[in-house]
Amino acid sequence: MSELKSGSNLEKVLNAGHFAFTGECGPPKGANVEHLVEKFKFLKGNVDAVNITDNQTAVVRMSSMAASALMVQEGMEPNFQMVCRDRNRLAIMSDILGAYALGIRNMLCLSGDHQTFGNHPEAKNVHDIDSMQLIRLVKTMREGKFMNGDDIDVAPKMFIGAACNPFADPYEFRVHRLANKIEAGADFIQTQCIFNMEKFRDFMKKVVDMGLHEKCYILAGVTPMKNAGMANFMSKFVPGMDIPDDLIKRLKSVDKKDQSEEGIKFALEQVEEFKGMEGVAGVHMMAIEWEHMVPEIAKRAGVLPRPQV
Amino acid sequence: MRLSYPANVKIIQVPCTGRVDIIHLLNAIEDGADGVYVAGCLEGECHYISGNLKARRKVEYVQKTLKELGIEPERVAMYNLSSAQGARFAEIANEVVTKIKELGPTPVTNKKQNNAA
Amino acid sequence: MIVADRKSLEEILEMVEDCKKILIVGCKGCVTVCNVGGVKEVEILSSSLKIARKKAGIEIEIDMHTLERQCDNEYIEQIKETVNDYDAVVSMACGVGPQFLSEMYKDQKFFPALDTTFFGGATEHGVWEERCAGCGTCIIHKYDGLCPVARCAKSLLHGPCGGSSNSACEISKDTECVWDSIVRKKMEQGRLEDLLGVTEARDWRSARDGGPRRSIREELVQGNI
Repeated sequence: MSELKSGSNLEKVLNAGHFAFTGECGPPKGANVEHLVEKFKFLKGNVDAVNITDNQTAVVRMSSMAASALMVQEGMEPNFQMVCRDRNRLAIMSDILGAYALGIRNMLCLSGDHQTFGNHPEAKNVHDIDSMQLIRLVKTMREGKFMNGDDIDVAPKMFIGAACNPFADPYEFRVHRLANKIEAGADFIQTQCIFNMEKFRDFMKKVVDMGLHEKCYILAGVTPMKNAGMANFMSKFVPGMDIPDDLIKRLKSVDKKDQSEEGIKFALEQVEEFKGMEGVAGVHMMAIEWEHMVPEIAKRAGVLPRPQV
Repeated sequence: MRLSYPANVKIIQVPCTGRVDIIHLLNAIEDGADGVYVAGCLEGECHYISGNLKARRKVEYVQKTLKELGIEPERVAMYNLSSAQGARFAEIANEVVTKIKELGPTPVTNKKQNNAA
Repeated sequence: MIVADRKSLEEILEMVEDCKKILIVGCKGCVTVCNVGGVKEVEILSSSLKIARKKAGIEIEIDMHTLERQCDNEYIEQIKETVNDYDAVVSMACGVGPQFLSEMYKDQKFFPALDTTFFGGATEHGVWEERCAGCGTCIIHKYDGLCPVARCAKSLLHGPCGGSSNSACEISKDTECVWDSIVRKKMEQGRLEDLLGVTEARDWRSARDGGPRRSIREELVQGNI
């Protein structure tokens, strides 16, 4: 296909036309490298890149850049997440340079959950620029310029990711917001966890109608439910989550001990459908605090072995 | 109808309880009243539409203030009755006086609490 | 207008703990309009403090004076004869008041009785809401009269974020998602194209990030600036 922008493994996999499979890993609430590296092992060889979350849900954890660098050391590929909540443009640019210097080649640009959700709700938030402007900035830096137009001595060539939540409101605007992110410079998109397949099918139809899938790789977000309780909780308390009652009913319909298997089965059905869905270039598997299940999920999803490109 | 009510209730007449302000209630407490209550018309029957409802909000504000100052909020109260309910008026007066007697004299005395024997 | 809330009596009582005689200064500007620092509220605070101090057995003498405004030296001057007769002065103005007072009367202590919160207006009797962040570069015309800087919890210029749900912000179901309102208004008016594309990052120098600000209108200045 086209010339590589960053040369990251994820970019190469997508560029070669393979169905991408990415994972996710949250850094520890501490400097416990051992535990982090332990979690990496479940992902190694089973995914093309691993999202390293950045103080997700505004809870303080080891820096996403440090955890990403540790992953590089382990011979794996991180997708360095960055939120606009905690850094102004100076810190953002210097972190992008630092991340690149440490061997990080993928970045996911986010606004960030509001700090009131987290464990330091007293914090001042930054939001100097927003996620759209962050995407634009990473692209500008890839082209060798700082935000002020000054030249960069060795440009950080990142493969630029952005998030998309088709289930937030107002629904009619979501596809336009996605188009804006692509125009800003997103190379790939990872969607919010999808549970409402009907709505997502409709969303992808709109995406394809607008030709957005040809300008950008879209990875569908999947989170296997551990049990009906988790589904209930996410439905009620996680903003922007759309969990159909049918799914909760389905999980409840089996014995409690079998609910996790039912959750995985649903996730596998989703992956199967995404493989054939027009405009979907891969799956982003977010097995939240369930990393050890990723090898089994990847195997059963039929996405192994991962392509070597 | 000759009904008696306790002599330690001092009545201050106003055209409507809507005229009663927060500062009037506070001043009463500040000047040493053991308690103060507002007797308004029945809810929904205010001649000025909502005077008694506004009075209730003001009473609640003062109750909150007293609570913040460590004084029993029950020393301030709102009652609703019609002008035809003479018996109810006497009943309320007795009820309030009993209640305030239970609470004891006001702590707003300017005497060092510690020295009170 | 500038909106404020009164501090708790506990906090104010602590400030004036060592005082035997104080002056409470109200303001007839914004804080009178939002019912928190005008003539009435000065009386209420005075009475409340007196009740507390009588209860504690340490009486306090309180005088009251409500100025036309506390953000203007012309009015601040009006208390010059008496200001030093007190152990301290409590200001019921927004955060500007106690500072203007402190700057003019250097030997006196001024305590703020209010927590100044935001620039807003009353959406109904007794309810005030934030509308402006005073960022120094107004862009509301681009968003159909709705300000994303002041009213989006993340000040996004490209909203709504993924946390917008049923027109509410992710921080609380009681907080409007202003971006939801912006998008709906644009859609209703058939001007969605206004929201397509990427807006330049903002220049925050005009906001407080650029340091304390100053406005000069030369035609009004007497003498040298």
